[in-house]
Amino acid sequence: MRTTWRRLSDLGFWSLCALGLAVIVVPAVWIVVGLLRSALPLLDVRLLADDTAHLGLQNAILGTLVLDLGVLVIAAPVGVGAGVYLSEFAGRRLASTVRLFPEVLAGVPSIVVGYAGYVLLVVRFHWGYSLLAAVLALSALITPYVVKSTEVALRQVPTGLRDGARALGLPVTTTLRRVLLPPALPGIVNGVVVALAISTGETAPLLYTAGFSDANPAPSLLHHPVGYLTYVVYTDIQLPSAQMHQLANAAAAVTLVVLLALILVGRLLGRRSARWTARMSV
Amino acid sequence: MLLVVAGTLLVGALPAIRFSGPDFFTGRVFSFGNLYGGAPTVHHGVAAPAHASYGAAPLIVGTLLTSVIALVVALPVAVGGVLALVERVPRRLQGGLSLFLELLAGIPSVVFGLWGLLVLGPLLARHVYPELARLGVLVPFLKGPVGNGQGLLTASLVLAVMIVPIVAAVTRDLLRTVPVLHKEAALALGMTHFEVVRVVTLPFVRNGVVAAALLGWARALGETMAVLMVSGNALNIFPYDLYAPTTTIAATIAAMLDAALTDATGMGVSALAEAGLVLLAITLLTNWIGRRIVRRTVGVPLPVGRGF
Repeated sequence: MRTTWRRLSDLGFWSLCALGLAVIVVPAVWIVVGLLRSALPLLDVRLLADDTAHLGLQNAILGTLVLDLGVLVIAAPVGVGAGVYLSEFAGRRLASTVRLFPEVLAGVPSIVVGYAGYVLLVVRFHWGYSLLAAVLALSALITPYVVKSTEVALRQVPTGLRDGARALGLPVTTTLRRVLLPPALPGIVNGVVVALAISTGETAPLLYTAGFSDANPAPSLLHHPVGYLTYVVYTDIQLPSAQMHQLANAAAAVTLVVLLALILVGRLLGRRSARWTARMSV
Repeated sequence: MLLVVAGTLLVGALPAIRFSGPDFFTGRVFSFGNLYGGAPTVHHGVAAPAHASYGAAPLIVGTLLTSVIALVVALPVAVGGVLALVERVPRRLQGGLSLFLELLAGIPSVVFGLWGLLVLGPLLARHVYPELARLGVLVPFLKGPVGNGQGLLTASLVLAVMIVPIVAAVTRDLLRTVPVLHKEAALALGMTHFEVVRVVTLPFVRNGVVAAALLGWARALGETMAVLMVSGNALNIFPYDLYAPTTTIAATIAAMLDAALTDATGMGVSALAEAGLVLLAITLLTNWIGRRIVRRTVGVPLPVGRGF
């Protein structure tokens, strides 16, 4: 009797767990496949040729690319630099305090970052809706991720390599450049690429820093609003026309495809890094 | 950077804090007042448009309700699903199934919003909520009418799907640290797999799971776009049942900043800054506590950001 009950509870528990696993897998497939299926017929070369005022996505795609480029220019060097410092140079005490900052900053809601960007950069500094304000807001959101992944990638480099370099009397910068960075590089690049993917999909920090424009991004850092893909998704789905809804769907699909491609590239690089460190630690 | 963000918000919020005082937390009406004319009201030495009132209680309640429901739904799903993944699925398939977690973590929040608005909401409103409403005889919050699928429960469910990857990713890494010998010993004593999980695995990872839940909660609290698109954006009402439209602090900031900009006294922007400050405080606290618990007890690093 008791054994039967135990078997039954075992079976019941694992069935529930399997159900949980299904609830994780199903929405992921549902969202991605559903979106791509409804949007694929809409994806058309004309989307690239026209701007959002004429049911195209040219300005939004260019805007997203420019924003990503800006994030790459600002967040990548700052994040990688801070990560290297935290992993290699900061004293133990300092590092454990400073390390909390990127972690906690990463938990700040994105709309709060956007709002602070609006109040400080757009209004106080008189930058207006602008590329620079948008890039800074995005970077504030993304940098912690780059810091963290850089730090983790460097930490995975075996200590033996550091000791060896020190025993050979190599200067710190040479150790970093020739010994530590090569095996950590794929991991670091993975962090940057995934950070780019996240910034491609963000909306909330941009709403009130980038503004929106139907024109292509102007070659100017300040005072010119920038259009971007996620805004089209959010806005056009609320507009009362089937064509606008289709545009929103298409924009969402483009965003998703770019983002997933970036994550995939990042993962492949990360896997290479894992294999590399595994080989070196033998 | 954090200090810049917090400082900016604090400076921005000061006039509103002086204007509303504690009414901010208790007041039920969040309104920018008459932005088109009329003499400004002066209160505690600060001017605001006539009839302006900055009571954020419904926003705070909406934020807490949506995120707590999301967490209650997401936690068992994530932990159970990952238990099945790590303990029962053959190792060769684990990598492939883990990809779905990353896929889910990678989907941008507007796409979640789009899905909730166009697919999940209508589906639930048509087929699931009417059945749930029948239970309204027993549970008053479930009584209909069920509406069009935009509201508290839909927003919470979309949020739940969004935070599952965070909780699941942390739990998965934790489960892999459980010593195999302990599990084997328990199995050798004749326990079923379920009993091994109950007696060995779960106690081992309990603290970490709490931390993971806090991280997921923080994400649900701060999520903007998806909630903005599926919550129904109801201002100034407390949700009266599970299908009622609602809103959150984050969604309100995103939705109302446009209107606040037209406020010549600047008080609207300031009141939103105060709301943002409250949100920031709540999320920082949950995040910080979660990370402290993990640092104290388990060696698994928590993911930064969305759970990659």
